[in-house]
Amino acid sequence: MSIEDIKAVFTTEYLRNALIVGLLISVCTAILGVELVLKKFSMLGDGLSHVSFGTLAVAAAFNFERLELSLVVVVLVAFLLLQIKQNSKINGDAAVAIVSGSFMALGIFASSYSGGANTDFNSYMFGSIFAINRGNFAISVAMCAVVIAVYLLFYNKIFAVTFDESFCKATGGKSGAYNLIIAVLTAVTVVIGMRLIGTLLIASLTVFPVVSSYRLAKNFKSCVLYSAIISVAAFLAGFALSLSFEKMPLSTGVIFSNLFIMLLCGAAVKIKNACLSRRRTVKK
Amino acid sequence: MTKLLECKNLCVTIDGRTIIDDISFDVEENDFICIAGENGTGKTTLTNAILGLVPISGGDISFYGISKSDIGFLPQKLKVENNFPASVYEIIMSGFVGKSFLRPFFTKSQKCKADDCLKLLAIEKLKNRSFLELSGGQQQRVLLARAICAAEKLVLLDEPVTGLDAASGAGFYELIKHLNSHHGIAVLMVSHDIERAVGFCSKVLHLGSGKYFFGKSEDYVNTDFFRNYLKAGADKDEH
Repeated sequence: MSIEDIKAVFTTEYLRNALIVGLLISVCTAILGVELVLKKFSMLGDGLSHVSFGTLAVAAAFNFERLELSLVVVVLVAFLLLQIKQNSKINGDAAVAIVSGSFMALGIFASSYSGGANTDFNSYMFGSIFAINRGNFAISVAMCAVVIAVYLLFYNKIFAVTFDESFCKATGGKSGAYNLIIAVLTAVTVVIGMRLIGTLLIASLTVFPVVSSYRLAKNFKSCVLYSAIISVAAFLAGFALSLSFEKMPLSTGVIFSNLFIMLLCGAAVKIKNACLSRRRTVKK
Repeated sequence: MTKLLECKNLCVTIDGRTIIDDISFDVEENDFICIAGENGTGKTTLTNAILGLVPISGGDISFYGISKSDIGFLPQKLKVENNFPASVYEIIMSGFVGKSFLRPFFTKSQKCKADDCLKLLAIEKLKNRSFLELSGGQQQRVLLARAICAAEKLVLLDEPVTGLDAASGAGFYELIKHLNSHHGIAVLMVSHDIERAVGFCSKVLHLGSGKYFFGKSEDYVNTDFFRNYLKAGADKDEH
């Protein structure tokens, strides 16, 4: 990456848009991912990205591709999924798999019906650094800002419902509402993020930074903070990689960086534990 | 005495099995009630029904002048995800979450109450430690502190001394008694060692299969429920 590349980021509109939205998305996926991973609901992001793909593909077949449309549909599906999870005997993961599979099939059919695997199909699947145009930049930034703001306002509640849902419910907390907030925020993040990172990889951004951070953190607050920092760092590294290597799509650069950081963190934890146990044996 | 909670002809059926069949009792201000009974007589189900965690199939549970956000709760077993990063202080503060739906942050008086709880339970030094690093007894204290933070009028404790050795178990009962008499919090406690707990509580609810006892603890010790329970315990010890 040369100085010209860095200059280009600030002077080329689509690169600047991608950088700003990508950084915001990285923060959103990282903080929501902490809840999803610890609640063992990591599949939710993946399922919702498939729902979003299905909606976009069907909308494209009718020439009505609007971000607002997928936002509404995916939020509704997230809400329904939670109801299924709470009220029926089908377990959460199975429900997610059923719903995401159905939407995916619908989406593939719609895009094949409307002219086969075209560029749209590719960019929805794998994401594109060109995806954030003038038309959807403002709404993408606004939505990410809303996600982060709502998360911060409900932070204490989200912790309580993640740590011990039945205590929260038993002592007057609206655990259903807090779960819904987590699901809706995840839905919004996935819909915005999949344009840039793609259906297939957006959900892993809710998992990688969390797995990197939660063994390093001693409390929930630092876990959320580390996760966000790691995610932002990985996005910046991935963005730089993607600019430096022409053949490397943005999403793969970001995932590779995340994977690298995760392995580093894993090694750090191992070394720390080894040092601690050695110190203990020396003391004895 | 003001009534806080009344269970009238309560029935709970789970998956077609009747766990609780026609039980009536009430909790008054400053009561310290111990719920006793053999395994499988529905002690935990009863507390869960009161807390709204399992649906009731018959009868009524009524609260008088209190709502669920005035109740504290110590669960029997808390399954914490391995590696869950949570500090003692974060967990204790989570006791206040049910108090208000929209207020995003904790109030000053809530923080003071949490500090008092830490002091009362002698866990001030653990404040910033990770919950999972603590011993079973320390974890139990943290969860009791969370229950106290949530409790304005009433606290439900489900086998609070499980996993504690005899000495710390007795200390725990002293603590609960102190809360009850000095802080005016009514206590509803499930206990499996009633012979010890009966010295601390004012009333006993003993659940048996098909019949139950509810009354003052001094009357309880003269019932067949108590005698049979002690006998069963003695038989178990002989074997």
